Amino acid sequence: MAEAAANFGGSTQRRGWLNKRLMDHLDALEAQSVYILREAFNKLDPLGLLWSLGKDSNVMVWLCRKAFFGRVPFPALFCDTGKKFPEMYAFRDRYAAEWGLNLNQEPCPPVEEMDPTLPPAARSSARKTYALKNLVQRLKLKAVIAGIRRDEDATRAKERYFSPRGENAEWDVREQPPELWDQFKTEFAPGTHIRVHPLLHWTELDVWRYIRREKIPVVELYFAKGGKRYRSLGDQDITHPMTSNASNLDEIIAELEATRTPERAGRAMDHEAEDSFERLRVAGYM
Amino acid sequence: MAEPTSPLRVALAGHVDHGKSTLVGRLVHDTGSLPEGKLEAIRASSAKRGMPFEWAFLLDAFQAERDQGITIDTTQVWLKTKKRGYTLVDAPGHKEFLRNMVTGAAAADGALLVVDAKEGVREQSRRHAFLLGLLGLTQIVVAVNKMDLVGYDRARFTEVAHAIEAYLGSLGIAPKAVIPVSGREGDNIVGRSEAMVWYRGPTLVETIDGFQPLPSPVDQPLRFPIQDVYKFDERRIIAGRIESGRLKVGDTLAFAPGGRKARIASIEAWPENAKPSEAEAGRSIGVTLDDQIFVERGQIGHHEGSAPAETNSLRVRIVWLGREPLLRGKRYKLKLATAEHQVEVQTIERVIDTADLASRSAEAVVAGDIAEIVLRTRATLAVDDSKVLPRTGRFVLVDAYDVAGGGTVALDSHARVRREGIKSTNIKREEGRVALAERWQANGHKSGILWLTGLSGAGKSTLAVELEQHLFRKGWHVTVLDGDNIRHGLSADLGFSPEDRTENIRRIGEVAALFARAGMIVITAFISPYREDRDGARKIAPELFHEIHVKADLATCEQRDPKGHYKKARAGLIPEFTGISAPYEAPASPELVVDTAANSLEACLGQLTAYVERTLGS
Repeated sequence: MAEAAANFGGSTQRRGWLNKRLMDHLDALEAQSVYILREAFNKLDPLGLLWSLGKDSNVMVWLCRKAFFGRVPFPALFCDTGKKFPEMYAFRDRYAAEWGLNLNQEPCPPVEEMDPTLPPAARSSARKTYALKNLVQRLKLKAVIAGIRRDEDATRAKERYFSPRGENAEWDVREQPPELWDQFKTEFAPGTHIRVHPLLHWTELDVWRYIRREKIPVVELYFAKGGKRYRSLGDQDITHPMTSNASNLDEIIAELEATRTPERAGRAMDHEAEDSFERLRVAGYM
Repeated sequence: MAEPTSPLRVALAGHVDHGKSTLVGRLVHDTGSLPEGKLEAIRASSAKRGMPFEWAFLLDAFQAERDQGITIDTTQVWLKTKKRGYTLVDAPGHKEFLRNMVTGAAAADGALLVVDAKEGVREQSRRHAFLLGLLGLTQIVVAVNKMDLVGYDRARFTEVAHAIEAYLGSLGIAPKAVIPVSGREGDNIVGRSEAMVWYRGPTLVETIDGFQPLPSPVDQPLRFPIQDVYKFDERRIIAGRIESGRLKVGDTLAFAPGGRKARIASIEAWPENAKPSEAEAGRSIGVTLDDQIFVERGQIGHHEGSAPAETNSLRVRIVWLGREPLLRGKRYKLKLATAEHQVEVQTIERVIDTADLASRSAEAVVAGDIAEIVLRTRATLAVDDSKVLPRTGRFVLVDAYDVAGGGTVALDSHARVRREGIKSTNIKREEGRVALAERWQANGHKSGILWLTGLSGAGKSTLAVELEQHLFRKGWHVTVLDGDNIRHGLSADLGFSPEDRTENIRRIGEVAALFARAGMIVITAFISPYREDRDGARKIAPELFHEIHVKADLATCEQRDPKGHYKKARAGLIPEFTGISAPYEAPASPELVVDTAANSLEACLGQLTAYVERTLGS
């Protein structure tokens, strides 16, 4: 982790609030996410936070600590596919302890039990949906916080901050609730489960700029080694690195400012069929 | 390196099939904002369905959207011009997807309204334009689209442009530009159109580049709605987002409704070394107070002297999105900032036809309707006029489990609403199984309302307290409602304007009637200067009501002046003081007149007790 830590000494110093009159873009994103997290904590009990070890979910942990003054006052949830990179497991062990997370883990069921009509990579990804459902049942969770963003994928672009799901976590895209003026859906029929998406309005660049400003630790696989780096982290067998020489935060940000390649280009399950990711998500994937 | 500014949010609106999605696709493509591989994916999706290249597939993420060629839900796409970044929020034009349009447009800085050159201004063009206005969006550009289908005809453009400008004008909106475009061909979107050299105005991109981000309301009065109160450790942190204005450590905050006050001891933050000493609109913060006053979620922190209004009735303009119609007399949950209130629809004043802005009266408001209604809340609500402080002047209504409508508050006329009184027709008084006569028999006396009215200083309170003690010692069930205990609690939200006095008396009348129907004798001691108000109180329980005029002339009362009020009123320190600067309307035919100027206290009390024992004794 020493190499990764060296990257956090980034070029931009955190400016104190004291001398700053107006909020900047990252302040605005942070304030909106904190507001959403506090709404979820006030209205949805018990609540859990999905922690996938990726950059977005680390930002989410950070925002929780901002919202709740250093704490994450609900369990962190980790769906273990057993196929994550060793660096990710090491990261989990270190920061679960350092951040004081109440970590709840659940092994994913074998791929043979998944919908056989799904393309192979999507079928592999569907395992996580089942582990999450088990966690939700085991901890009797009313709602789960997930770090998805609108700019990741066209179906995620249509999400709400507070997104109701049916008893089997299914997403009814035709009946999404209106969401205006930060008044979220907080009244539910029995059996409804809620996904809360506090990072929905962030972009990939926003996430990296915030990581740089706040010096948030991330898995070192994001930084280039030997001309390759991971832009998005999933299971080893269905996630591919991209060609890149970006070996620190400034270089990653510069790279993303110039690129037109979508973030999830290296995630096989998104590209097998026109609707494979939609099918995953409608069935309860994040 | 400079941190980027927030992207400007532009909502798209317009009638179904007027080509919004195509226009957006073209806009994203021509500005070079399309992600790699997307063009090929759209081409493949189009070919698969045997269609020519379909730009709308950029926005249509769901299989059903691609298959049916319609946009089901709002979506967002990102766009970069030379000037800045944009988030385009596409809102479907179908009537049944209005809630998505509202969802998309509610957070936008500006809007792009698309009108088909061939079809002209249609129902949804008008409805969407009206909603943009209701949502407070006034930065609007109109694209008259599909100019290629009308042969780039200038006369046709002028005709459509005039129609939409006239409609927007009637809403008080002046569009930033009305531009003839072709989404399919790309005319006047990024590049100028060679087919329409007669058009000399700005292109679409030039126009949205001229939009301004919504100004942050930092210089407005402070509104800090409490979102939660945390006690994770020894600190008691009041958490919330500043909706307008600013605050700093040491400021005195008052919390509405209720008015409890305390000073800000600290602004808490994590990491701990980043604790600020001040904060402004937009920030989600947490403060500690120097005094552990009871405050809770929903109350709004503000500075003294610039409080939000506190009221029980609201005149509002709403857009209804619910599956079930909004009905008069029905109860809903109102959510405004972090507050939640049970409200009843008191009246549906009018439903607005967005086609011609005509009004019609209605018993119900159905999905898609825009209406003006009056809501009555049980508890006092802290609220602002949406035109002044939009963030604390707008709300949603929840029907059962669903957000079913949104609206904005117009405060200027709320006093008038109160005067109109309660009009609920669906409330049936619960009779219970214990008859009043049985209560009287059990208590050994009848019950009733002894309504003492008269000038300040006439002796109402003194007589009320003496009479209560006398009757209580006899073993009678009796209580007093007087000005102070009512004004501190039940009517804490009311002042002394004629409207507020009327409402105060109405409430006292209701409470008194409840006591009397429960078998008690209730003595009220209020100036209650207006005949109409006292008659209103009598109407609540006429068979139990006894109007007693505690009579003394103004000179006598002013000489007594037990609380020093007359002196202050003469000095102009108390506005609208009865007898000095506000009228007292003496009862025309009271049940009893007690003249305290002519008789001693003992004599008056004797007269009163004799009357009570005669009329209420068994």
